Amino acid sequence: MRTVTVVGASLAGLHAARALRSQGFEGHLRIVGAEHHLPYDRPPLTKGYLTGAVTAEHLALTDAQDEAELQPEWLLGARATALDLGERSVVLADGRRLRSDGVVLATGAAAVPLRGTQFLGVHTLRTLEDAASLRAELREGQARVVVVGAGFIGAEVASSCASLGHRVTVVEAGAHPLASQLGEEIGALCAGLHADHGVTLISGVGVAELHGKDGAGSSAGQRVSWVELTDGRQLPADIVVVGIGARPATAWLLDSGLPLSDGVVCDAGGVTEVPQVVAVGDVARSAGRREEHWTHAMAQPAVAVRNLLAGTTVAGYETPPYFWSDQYGARIQFAGRRHAGDTVRLVEGSPSDRSFAAVYEHEGVRTAAVAMNRPRPFAHLRRELGRPAGTVPA
Amino acid sequence: MIPVCRLEDLPLGGSVRLDLDPPITVFHADGGLYAVDDTCTHQDASLSDGWLEGCLIECPLHAASFDLRTGEPQCLPARRPLRTHRVSVEEGTVWLSPAEEPAREKGDAA
Ligand SMILES: Cc1cc2nc3c(=O)[nH]c(=O)nc-3n(C[C@H](O)[C@H](O)[C@H](O)COP(=O)(O)OP(=O)(O)OC[C@H]3O[C@@H](n4cnc5c(N)ncnc54)[C@H](O)[C@@H]3O)c2cc1C
Ligand code: FES
Repeated sequence: MRTVTVVGASLAGLHAARALRSQGFEGHLRIVGAEHHLPYDRPPLTKGYLTGAVTAEHLALTDAQDEAELQPEWLLGARATALDLGERSVVLADGRRLRSDGVVLATGAAAVPLRGTQFLGVHTLRTLEDAASLRAELREGQARVVVVGAGFIGAEVASSCASLGHRVTVVEAGAHPLASQLGEEIGALCAGLHADHGVTLISGVGVAELHGKDGAGSSAGQRVSWVELTDGRQLPADIVVVGIGARPATAWLLDSGLPLSDGVVCDAGGVTEVPQVVAVGDVARSAGRREEHWTHAMAQPAVAVRNLLAGTTVAGYETPPYFWSDQYGARIQFAGRRHAGDTVRLVEGSPSDRSFAAVYEHEGVRTAAVAMNRPRPFAHLRRELGRPAGTVPA
Repeated sequence: MIPVCRLEDLPLGGSVRLDLDPPITVFHADGGLYAVDDTCTHQDASLSDGWLEGCLIECPLHAASFDLRTGEPQCLPARRPLRTHRVSVEEGTVWLSPAEEPAREKGDAA
């Protein structure tokens, strides 16, 4: 393999590049990224970056050592618009065609917007620019902030806004916040953090429409003024943050012929139908599952790259999913794959103290672990999950 | 030198975190007592909450692991070493001599 093109210059793309070099690839390494930035870290965008604890410079994922070791050709501010498998080329928006012996798809995901909303003051949060514009508005003085969606992104934004002294309301369409990630019981416990910190959570009610100062409808150039809920309630709002999920960035691959299904379809080793094309990070649907977590985007590329260099799948990424969330001064950690209906068993601590570790079980078999402010027992539980069934913990 | 604790209060596998600036943790690992900066060089996590195995401490947040003898990271996402500090035992008391070199600024490219 003489030339490998990585499409997507973020966490997964960078770790694919590092893996290519550490696994002996000596050819030409290109990294194409639609954003104008070198890879940066997204988790702080909802946390320390919003509150001002960290600045944009602190988000950088690369340093001089990377430049020296990777010797990459960065093509930043360059959007890939097609993948021509016949010609083995990545096609860019400006028409350039990048012939490649191997391609790593690392285009991640993009925030889902609320339909038909162009009002000023309405934000989604995925990129540094998104976070910078929200942060700037949050500095203009106390505001009424409505957060749409009580998932992790929404909860973290609500927490950061509340800590800055804003009046925050979170609206969640589902009856049970975080239920799909944590199950109803633990989801409700985590959602209880909002009330602990003076943030109102309204769940089981959707957003009907946003309204500007001069009414709904044509919103261009107008500032948002209030949020209408499906039950008729009206929430005054100076700022609206929409955190209703992310969609894999696969539109550019529609004509490639690669199977797509909420992500790039690939096997457990990240390999697509074409062995010279692998998918990594948030965009990959590996063995039927897609993960949107930092640790997966950091670690899974090494496996995909190994398979790319081998020309066939020689390894799968088997590490159980893991994610964390920092909100309201609490650290929530989760690992494993829970199923609907799993029972939850408390292992340590107490939910009312906002400090506990618990496990999920299915017919007596442990499927996942969760903790709030209990990193040590959690580390233990997480390790046990990684062990094949039947082995005895040391 | 800073007194840490009595040796019998720091059993094998245990650790003591000292709330200095920056915080330092003394670990009792397989090969003996080791002291390193408590805050992971990747981001914001306390290594005293980490997983100790042999002479390696694994970060509780993103699982970078560090060799306690040298402070060197063994895997990503950490790329910078921890500062290491001298530990001694005198008449059953564990003592810490913090390193002179200043701690690196947190949050640089990691
Ligand atoms: C605000 C925020 C907070 C988060 N917090 C946490 C957390 O606390 N814990 C946790 O576990 N996870 C968290 N995550 C998730 C984690 O950040 C993601 O899983 C990770 O960023 C995925 O990395 P990726 O490289 O696959 O995709 P992305 O980071 O989405 O990067 C994809 C890159 O590809 C580029 N791109 C897209 N299309 C094209 C194209 N056609 N051509 C060229 N380039 C393209 C994009 O511009 C982008 O730069 C958070 C995510 C966000 C957004
Ligand atoms: S904070 Fe320690 S590995 Fe990330």
